[in-house]
Amino acid sequence: MTTIEERVNDPLAERIDQLVRPDRIHSSMYTDEEIFRAEMEKVWYESWVFVGHESEIAKPNDYVRKSLGLQDVVMTRDRQGQIHLVVNRCAHRGATVCDAHQGNSSSFRCPYHGWTYKNDGTMLGYPYSQGYGGKGKLRLNMGTVRVGIYRGFVFGTFNPDAPSIEDYLGSAAGEIDRLCRLSPTGELDITNGWLKHKTRANWKLVMENETDGYHPPFAHGSILTVTGSHIGELYGEASEAVTRDLGNGHAENDLRPQFRKYGELMKWNGNGAERVPEYVQAIRDLHGAAAEDMLIEGAPHLLVFPNLFIAEITIFMIQPVSVGECIQYSTPVQFKGAPDMNRRLLSMSIGSVGPAGMLLADDADMYERNQRGVALREPEWINVSRGLHRETIDDSGFLVGGPNDETGMRAFWKQYRRLMNCEASR
Amino acid sequence: MTTISSELDLRDVEQFIYREARLADASDYDAWEALWTDDARYWVPADGESDPDHHVSVIFDNRSRIRTRLAQLQTGKRYAQVPASKVARVVSNIEIIGADGPDTIVGATFVLGESRVGVVEWWAGRIEYRLRREDGQIRLAGKKVVLINNDEPIPTLTFLI
Repeated sequence: MTTIEERVNDPLAERIDQLVRPDRIHSSMYTDEEIFRAEMEKVWYESWVFVGHESEIAKPNDYVRKSLGLQDVVMTRDRQGQIHLVVNRCAHRGATVCDAHQGNSSSFRCPYHGWTYKNDGTMLGYPYSQGYGGKGKLRLNMGTVRVGIYRGFVFGTFNPDAPSIEDYLGSAAGEIDRLCRLSPTGELDITNGWLKHKTRANWKLVMENETDGYHPPFAHGSILTVTGSHIGELYGEASEAVTRDLGNGHAENDLRPQFRKYGELMKWNGNGAERVPEYVQAIRDLHGAAAEDMLIEGAPHLLVFPNLFIAEITIFMIQPVSVGECIQYSTPVQFKGAPDMNRRLLSMSIGSVGPAGMLLADDADMYERNQRGVALREPEWINVSRGLHRETIDDSGFLVGGPNDETGMRAFWKQYRRLMNCEASR
Repeated sequence: MTTISSELDLRDVEQFIYREARLADASDYDAWEALWTDDARYWVPADGESDPDHHVSVIFDNRSRIRTRLAQLQTGKRYAQVPASKVARVVSNIEIIGADGPDTIVGATFVLGESRVGVVEWWAGRIEYRLRREDGQIRLAGKKVVLINNDEPIPTLTFLI
């Protein structure tokens, strides 16, 4: 816990308090190296961060390399089925232990001096053991990261005092539940791999955009026009959708009111029920009368602070590289037990996202324009005031704005301020 | 090399490949589109050559999606290509590697420089072309571009590769 003494001795928190205002963000928040280093510690290593999905390592001893902030970690499943996050450095001299992007192994061996570790990071042994007084005398393990799993979504934190993952997700958990309910088995199957899109922009510019309902008709006007898409209308001035601050930095564009107005099954992913008949039947068999609403309302458009974005048909994971660069990872939503739906989701996702995606490449171009712009001197601020005057509290007590208001960005920054000690420094 | 029987002559194949490269370099969308057959497949795999039906790809376009992609570029508001990338590529090591029904399979390697908004990107990889003679002309039925770094993060790729 933050003490009074720490509060007055956190000059960076006091500075950020001045730079992150309710209606505007100072450009240096996206360019300052000192701020970047501090947020790596306080946001990326002390809070929960999304790293992957347990279906990526479905079998015992499967593993896959991941990033957590600037950390190279290996997500592993041990023989008993438990998930671990192991920091990819040897406890001896720091050499990278695991080279492969993914694989199956119960142990890892450092190539430098042959030290070996179980796939949960604990030491197995070392050659020429007499140099350490014999076998089992030295007990040095690889670093590990605390793991939190919710409905298969794997999060990690270096902070032993972080709340439970359920408490951290809070109301965002219900939206993840809603996604999983759209699976005939209640489970996701994230096995298509990840597109990895190098983006020359500060990670926060990307996250702010994830719930920005203002940009689609403009930034994406080209593809929406060519394909006759209704996405622009979903976020338009006449839309009944809302942007909701879910607390803890999480936010969503709740498109359900507008989809209920359309009242069409499977309009949410542009397919129509007749193109995925097996899937529609499976959901009807499972949910009876409730299925119709589920198939009309569709999947969530959800930001989980700081780096998970579920965009109906695609899951995004953002990881920083430096103050001016990040990687956008993306993979299609795949429902376990829905092959006809999954084929369409994969095809649609590939067309839309990633380095060549007909939607996301234009978002990335906007982020890079943003990054070039925040390096310029005037005006000094980014404006995040859209809809501030018309926010209301909904029936569940959440702060909501209009479909294209910047309520989600402001939710992001509130949590950022808390984690950076701005509230405590007041 | 007598074991490989091909419908097409290597010199004609080379001329076609160089023309395709020049049109792509010039972002001449209409002329480039006219090279494709109706059953076209334009594929830029991710993570080696992972099965595109079960794994993400950077690009996996059928003929209809090639049309959509080019139509988007032709709106002038495909902002990731505003301004358009300036591109030059060298295609080399051209080799007829087999035949598949009416199609000739051709392998090549390429190196490509891309300049856009003050940044130069270097792209390299292997290309596999599927070529077919239709109405006396060589047409492009398939193009697979396997980037050397397709298992690592890559920047925006919105020019014709």
